[in-house]
Amino acid sequence: MKIAFTVSETDLDSPIDSRFGRAAKFLVYDLVTETFEVVDNQQNLNAAQGAGIQSAETVARLGAECLVTGHCGPKAFRVLNAAGVKVYTTEATTAAEALEQFRLGNLTPSTSADKDGHWA
Amino acid sequence: MRIAVASGKGGTGKTTVSANLARVFGSQVQLLDCDVEEPNAHLFLNSDLISQDIATIPVPEVDEALCDGCGECGRFCEYHAIVSFGTKPLVFPEMCHWCGGCMLVCPQHAIREVDRRIGTVETLQAGNITLIQGRLDIGVVMAPPLIRQVKDRATDNLPIILDAPPGTSCPVISTIGGSDFVLLVTEPTPFGLHDLTLAVDMVRQLGIPFGVVVNRMGVGDDRVHAFCLSEGIPVLLEIPDDRQIAEAYSRGRLIVDALPQYRNLFERLRAKVTAMVHEVRGQLVAAKGGSR
Repeated sequence: MKIAFTVSETDLDSPIDSRFGRAAKFLVYDLVTETFEVVDNQQNLNAAQGAGIQSAETVARLGAECLVTGHCGPKAFRVLNAAGVKVYTTEATTAAEALEQFRLGNLTPSTSADKDGHWA
Repeated sequence: MRIAVASGKGGTGKTTVSANLARVFGSQVQLLDCDVEEPNAHLFLNSDLISQDIATIPVPEVDEALCDGCGECGRFCEYHAIVSFGTKPLVFPEMCHWCGGCMLVCPQHAIREVDRRIGTVETLQAGNITLIQGRLDIGVVMAPPLIRQVKDRATDNLPIILDAPPGTSCPVISTIGGSDFVLLVTEPTPFGLHDLTLAVDMVRQLGIPFGVVVNRMGVGDDRVHAFCLSEGIPVLLEIPDDRQIAEAYSRGRLIVDALPQYRNLFERLRAKVTAMVHEVRGQLVAAKGGSR
């Protein structure tokens, strides 16, 4: 199973980027192989609008079944939900710490967005 | 004749210039308040409401019985207004730029367009001025389609003055596109100059003849004038920084009505702009060998 984390750098010690739609990068960790890849999200960092929707599409296409991030808005949540990606929010400071929380079962799936949309 | 009144910086006096200019036309004129996020020209005109219509844009609606989840619609949409993961598509109407592309690419013909309300278009009459204004609904973020609907209401048989929103982005481009002349209103301050230079770049790229109006002459410095001089931009009107003007404004009165001593300023502006529009038209006719 793959888990996506929103991160600002390229390794497991990277700080968690608390934003989802405009996260700098996604770190996708494969629990089976214990390996990870990092995918840049630069285009959404500068998107005028729709960043959450596009980030959600990216995460879903990367094959992640779970997303661990700081916050998630309503449009992104709707897309993730449709794509069957479970959303977890964390206050962990690094991807490694968030991964550990996940492994220990200390994170609970969100049932709704925890932020209002920026536009409406 | 279409004259657009724009600015880089907000609050420089676009509405003051456009409403007063409209008043001194004397004959029937159309004033289009294209600042649809906060139309305010009506505050300066004792007007009667003639009509109010709901403005809509077409957005996609998916017939789930026909959709096979192929995802073509989502791959096509640049704005992520429709998203599909091999499932029934999700539609985000507020992201839609009404291009109709998703409907065209859908192999199953499962998508049709439905009207989504974005605001209202109102027509009001105030003496010689027919005011057409758009009012964007709260929560709607895209002004250009409503601005286009405001412009569509105007007739080419009468002069048109367009009061633009501030800035240099899509709503402004939507407003001033197709104009014969643009008046850029600024104030003689560093901030005014900074945003004026952006507005000048924009109007030059659009290839529309333009001139500058300097409002609140007496404050700030002379750098706006120096800039206009060096760039060969005509300064067509200077409005003094007069407390009486601010007082009239605060009571919702036009300068030309409340302060007759300034009426000739706007009459001269009208004469200059009209002359410049005719001059440009003359050049166009000459350039085309008089064929038009």
